[in-house]
Amino acid sequence: MRRIITATVQNSSGVLNRITGMLSKRAFNIESITVGTTEIEGISKMTFVVEIPDANKIEQLTKQLNKQIDVLKVNDITEKAIVQRELALIKVGSTSASRAEIQGVIEPFRARVLDVSRDSLVIEVTGKPDKIEALIDLLHPYGIKDMTRTGVTAFPRGKQPRQVQEFTLSV
Amino acid sequence: MKTQTETHTQPVEQKLRTGADLFVQSLVEEKVDTVFGYPGGAVLPIYDALYRADAPFQHILCRHEQGLIHAAEGYARVTGKPGVVIATSGPGATNLITGITDAMMDSLPVVVFTGQVSTAVIGSDAFQEADVIGLTTPITKHNYQVTDIKDLPRITREAFHIATTGRPGPVVVDIPKNIAQEITDKTFDTSFHLPGYQPTVKPNPLQIRRLAEALAKAKKPVLLAGAGVHFADASEELKAFAEKFELPVTTTLLGLGSFPGGHEQALGMAGMHGSYSANMAIYEADLLINIGARFDDRLTGAIQHFAPEAAVAHIDIDPAEIGKNIETKIPVVGDAKEALTALLDIDIECTDHSSWSEETMNNKKEYPFWFERSDDLISPQWLIESVHRETDGHAIVTTDVGQHQMWAAQFYQFNSPHKWVTSGGLGTMGFGLPAAIGAQLGRPEETVVAIVGDGGFQMTMQEMAVVKQHNLPIKVIIVNNEALGMVRQWQEKFYEERYSASLMTENPDFIKLAEGFGVKGIRVSKETDVPSVIKEVFQHDGPVLVDARVQKLDKVFPMVAPGKGNHEMIGVKQCEE
Ligand SMILES: Cc1ncc(C[n+]2csc(CCOP(=O)(O)OP(=O)(O)O)c2C)c(N)n1
Repeated sequence: MRRIITATVQNSSGVLNRITGMLSKRAFNIESITVGTTEIEGISKMTFVVEIPDANKIEQLTKQLNKQIDVLKVNDITEKAIVQRELALIKVGSTSASRAEIQGVIEPFRARVLDVSRDSLVIEVTGKPDKIEALIDLLHPYGIKDMTRTGVTAFPRGKQPRQVQEFTLSV
Repeated sequence: MKTQTETHTQPVEQKLRTGADLFVQSLVEEKVDTVFGYPGGAVLPIYDALYRADAPFQHILCRHEQGLIHAAEGYARVTGKPGVVIATSGPGATNLITGITDAMMDSLPVVVFTGQVSTAVIGSDAFQEADVIGLTTPITKHNYQVTDIKDLPRITREAFHIATTGRPGPVVVDIPKNIAQEITDKTFDTSFHLPGYQPTVKPNPLQIRRLAEALAKAKKPVLLAGAGVHFADASEELKAFAEKFELPVTTTLLGLGSFPGGHEQALGMAGMHGSYSANMAIYEADLLINIGARFDDRLTGAIQHFAPEAAVAHIDIDPAEIGKNIETKIPVVGDAKEALTALLDIDIECTDHSSWSEETMNNKKEYPFWFERSDDLISPQWLIESVHRETDGHAIVTTDVGQHQMWAAQFYQFNSPHKWVTSGGLGTMGFGLPAAIGAQLGRPEETVVAIVGDGGFQMTMQEMAVVKQHNLPIKVIIVNNEALGMVRQWQEKFYEERYSASLMTENPDFIKLAEGFGVKGIRVSKETDVPSVIKEVFQHDGPVLVDARVQKLDKVFPMVAPGKGNHEMIGVKQCEE
């Protein structure tokens, strides 16, 4: 099961190390982590995407995160109505001939060209991970020379549908 | 340290203090009475401050940093107060790693202060630099590096608070040398706010009610008491609860003594070398109430056979423990004492389970721990029974890890809490002697016995020097089987007697060794001599080291083989009669 979990943490030194260390010690498989500051000084927010085999383990993960002294709040938002975004930078091979064609491919994705050189283009795209996957798929034939992805950052939408099926924790 | 303008600046000078002075002051404010420490370059400013201060605590210089931390653990285990350790940077800090991990696994409140190289050179591989934060992050409840003198007093307070509250555990504070040396005339605010750390002490009434309802319906209820009962000082409440509802009580290794071993409802320790009656009670139970135990795999055996019929209720102050290893139907987050008190207050009418109680008691009578006595060589179990008889079950017993540890758990009957000091979670050889030192310093009025293996003793035996220096009346009993006995037992049972690297035929002369340390040494090798020797040992008013030559091939039984369920114990014997 792919879960999206957010943690609000105090910005003490070593907090990221402490949390990733705990995850690896407990053998959780991290797909991505994003971290950044929040609107409150001294408080950061992390978004984890984790691949977890069973429900018990999900509960363990949130409990172990909560147990960290620096962690203020943990939220498993997988089942909620959420906004989630990832940013990818993709460098694809291009010739003057293929440039326009590539432009046509990326446009429906609202991706942008950030840099043009004689034999390559750098493309910026943001969106849900599956949208980014789809674009990458389409760009493959042109030859991907370099790529970097930030991993998902996410939080719940302002309004939640009434019958959200919360993941039930036993505590 | 006086300066040239001595008289003129007197009042100002009194205000000037170093980071090290602030640190010593913090220990005084925390009412520390014993510090286990070892000096070195990076902590010299702290040692100088200790020298200058008239600190109201004693400083114990062990002979190896591993000794410091195990002593602090022993101290913490028997007093419930935090054990305090000071070590220098680099090698001093790395020598503590085993003990910090041990304290983490067994939830012991220990506060460790390590020296660090100056902040200006941190990260440069400076002389005696080690990344203490990186090294200790996975093995501490929390850790800190002080990077500004103004944080030092607050961090020290936080460290003590975190180590001793909620589920106790080790906290490390790394203090760079320049911070300890820095001079200040300010007083710093020590108030702290830890919004991410708010342990739940009072259990939720709804969770208590669910547990009570389950208990009312249960036909085969069993209690399992772990170390959490000790930490919560909940033995009285546990006894009242067990008696009120006539519940059979089993304990974990670390829970020994939390319920009186001699009580008629006590089934004793469960798990790999636990009693048949305890393991069978858990196997057949329809309700298992775990109070402060963490379902270690040595307790559970093969998980699919652990309490297969039971609804599991788990009372624990650490919510992350609940459901971690065993699926839990009724979670109760909170302090064991609070939870048991709340349960005692609820009015419930239990289903009659007297036939169940009878069955468990019958098992206890029919399948007790057993051993074979001989008239010649000493049976190690008999040796331990003799220690029990002589001390009336009231001594503080510390151990290393191995066969002697399991025999001590089986044959020394603990009737009161805070008497059993052993490395349960990490299983650390060399724990027994330094832990005994800490225990004796924490409880000077009590009899302390260290039951150790000939292997484990040789890992920390240099601490005999501390025993002598402080004339601690510790009785060290080496259960000498000239082998790494537990390893040999496994090799015999599971590796077709290939005794690879497990025989210790070249042991030192432990009597001469004792004498070298200035401690009385006694050797005993005949079963018939045991009673008189044990008497002599406990009558001697000072430390004694006993080299007890026991039967070499004795094994710890009963036993659950690795991968097996607890109901498949081998080496169970039915009582004759
Ligand atoms: C530091 C450490 N190293 C290795 C082990 C593995 N180990 C467990 S029991 C044991 C043998 C202990 O022998 P001894 O101290 O003589 O005690 P005995 O089993 O003979 O009573 C060993 C090597 C351990 N528990 N701790």
